[in-house]
Amino acid sequence: MQHVTVNGIRVDDTFAEAFGMRATALTITAHSEAWARQAALTMTGFGTSVIGCGAETSIDRMLSSDETPDGRPGVRVLLFAVSTAELQKQLQNRVGQCVLTSPGSACFAGLEGEETLKLGNALRFFGDGWQISKRFGDKRYWRVPVMDGEFVCEATTGLTKKAVGGGNLILMGASTQTTLAAAEAAVAAINAVPDAIMPFPGGIARSGSKVGSKYKGASASTNDAYCPTLKGVGNTALDADIASVLEIVIDGLTTEAVANAMRAGLAAALALGPERGALRVGAGNYGGKLGPHHYHLKDLLP
Amino acid sequence: MSALVFTLRDTPAQRLDLAPLVPQRLAGMSEGDIAKIELQTTRERVCAGDVFRIALGDAGSIVFEGGSERLDRVGCGMTDGEIQVKGDAGVQAARLMRGGKLTINGNAGPWAASGMKGGTLEITGNAGDRLGGPLAGETSGMRGGIVVVRGNAGARTADRLRRGMIIVEGKAGAHAGSRMIAGTLIVRGRAGSLPGYLMARGTLVLAGGGDVLSPTFADCGVHDFEANALMAAYIKPYSPALADVLRRPWRRLAGDMAVTGKGEIFYPPE
Repeated sequence: MQHVTVNGIRVDDTFAEAFGMRATALTITAHSEAWARQAALTMTGFGTSVIGCGAETSIDRMLSSDETPDGRPGVRVLLFAVSTAELQKQLQNRVGQCVLTSPGSACFAGLEGEETLKLGNALRFFGDGWQISKRFGDKRYWRVPVMDGEFVCEATTGLTKKAVGGGNLILMGASTQTTLAAAEAAVAAINAVPDAIMPFPGGIARSGSKVGSKYKGASASTNDAYCPTLKGVGNTALDADIASVLEIVIDGLTTEAVANAMRAGLAAALALGPERGALRVGAGNYGGKLGPHHYHLKDLLP
Repeated sequence: MSALVFTLRDTPAQRLDLAPLVPQRLAGMSEGDIAKIELQTTRERVCAGDVFRIALGDAGSIVFEGGSERLDRVGCGMTDGEIQVKGDAGVQAARLMRGGKLTINGNAGPWAASGMKGGTLEITGNAGDRLGGPLAGETSGMRGGIVVVRGNAGARTADRLRRGMIIVEGKAGAHAGSRMIAGTLIVRGRAGSLPGYLMARGTLVLAGGGDVLSPTFADCGVHDFEANALMAAYIKPYSPALADVLRRPWRRLAGDMAVTGKGEIFYPPE
């Protein structure tokens, strides 16, 4: 693989290949930041990959009380899926099971859009006839009586069809510790980028996948070319000095958000240097024929 | 560009229908054409030029210098722009209003905001009976927009209100919120007897309490309502003091149980 060296780290001359997705955003509030975060964490659980979870979802950022509609601490959550119908289903199920149930929670649109998804309009039926609709200006809310008071929920939230899923960075290092340090630095930097999330645990995936499998029925399987323990037997993409590989997958509401996130993550990983962080940074693609969005690492260098 | 100004020459000899004098109908008209618009409500013909001195200006910003309780249907059906009445207005101000802002720097007669669908009506003085209410034969009253009365409102305020918000910073007469279908009425002062009479749905906030409460409202206890923070944020630009009042616990009275009982009165806890 051709590369350039930045701060002692090899950066592959390659690109991340990403796909168009449907996405929405929510603002979840509660009496305290801790309970707002808890509701968001519960809702975004089991939301790492559309391959098995139906949606990719995570916290975008924490919101102060002056940024939320009801003046309480909040969290902004992003939710991505492959179709509008699946996104609607995931939204309804996740908010219904995880946010509605969380003490003191309320849920509002986190995105303005010409097209909308049902939020309170779907969940109001939990009120069994006792739900109350209130319209203030151009916004409509539902008040659903629950055992600790009322669950307040905006009627709809915005939908974007310009979202992008699958931006990525592949961090390769000499040890598990240094590779993880590079990935953590990249995650911390990307967390500051608005409108982008990293849906895997702590933002990091250790089991990057390739399309297809030798087994029938499995749509994805381990990315053996990047498994360090298979360096001697397979068609490896790794160099002799690489002993650990971690991937950061990025979904964004816009292609700019994904590019900004990759740029921030790449800069943070490179700044750490090869002694404490990664020796090499790459990106995953499928030859450029499947996904319409290509993010070349050389264009994202600091 | 300065406003289009109608200066009242004298107290009108008959009630006048000012419905034609709204921004969307006056746009592009000459002073002469405007002066010929008929406003009479009797057989005696009265034109705008007979009643007002007209100073041509931006039709999107109309000012009536001087008011009278005989100036009926001010801002009727207006869709955008602004109208300011420097004085009193007669019946049905903002009737069927759909957008824009109407300000009455004085008192308004009965049926102000009747059938209103959008926009903003501000009355700095008092409003007459049946603010936002339907005319005879109509099934619903105000259907959208926001009304702010800085003074008092008469009887049956928000009668058959279907959507939108009415804020009364003073007192309200008897049967405030009667037959409400939905929407919100907030009264800062004291309300007259039997508030919420036969209301089906909707929210009636009585910050100053009421004279005689109907026994057909069920006490649901005192609670903090998170939705009131949204309501407070919405009304803050219109009535900052009242917005602050909303952010406290309220006693919820569900009713009117004489009908569906899906409405509510927020009442002071003590």
